Amino acid sequence: MMSTKKFMYLNRRAPYGTVYALESLEVVLIAAAFEQDVSLAFIDDGVYQIVEGQNTDGIGMKNFSKTYHALGDYDINQLYVSAESLEERGLSADDLMPLVYEDEDDDWAEKPSVKVVSNAELSKILSEQDVCLSF
Amino acid sequence: MLHTVNKSSFERNSLQSCLNTIDDTSVVLLIEDGVICAANNANSSMLADLAAQGRVFALQGDVDARGISSKVADNIKLVDYAGFVDLVVEHGTAVSWL
Repeated sequence: MMSTKKFMYLNRRAPYGTVYALESLEVVLIAAAFEQDVSLAFIDDGVYQIVEGQNTDGIGMKNFSKTYHALGDYDINQLYVSAESLEERGLSADDLMPLVYEDEDDDWAEKPSVKVVSNAELSKILSEQDVCLSF
Repeated sequence: MLHTVNKSSFERNSLQSCLNTIDDTSVVLLIEDGVICAANNANSSMLADLAAQGRVFALQGDVDARGISSKVADNIKLVDYAGFVDLVVEHGTAVSWL
């Protein structure tokens, strides 16, 4: 039996300008297929990856922001967003996509996946991981 | 935890993001262009505080390649590749700040 490890994906770049955000999402979905304990952190410009209302019509690129809504179906429901990074950019939790998952232990109630945390809380979460992958 | 930083603090905020997020027991290893953060005039007070606690390292080969070995700030410890491996073994999970 394969052992389960805690995987953290650290996202620090805005989407579209570079391929990092999309590549991260692809790898996250792969890890989910192997039933690992996956969490994501969005810090610095990475917070723009899950901002609501992305529209890529004008740049000829695929709008992959919708894919984040699928994470809940893969049991990926620990999305941590840096409060400091949001604030520096004039953003708040209300500007983020309302990503949710269905809690199988609570009669499939819909619950939010996104949690805004301080850098200190993020530090603690990081220290609990077995593997950290940076994008 | 071991945190590696491979970008100059003049070019990217990788070092600052790392320092904002690490816990009290973590150490920082500067590699590649990250060693520029170790130079005196690039040194942030946060990094200096951490260095004073003996928690900042820089990769000797990268420091030498960039000709800044005489400018490395006090308390920043130079390590070779074997030392890099020792840090990985000692501190477990590694986080790369790119």
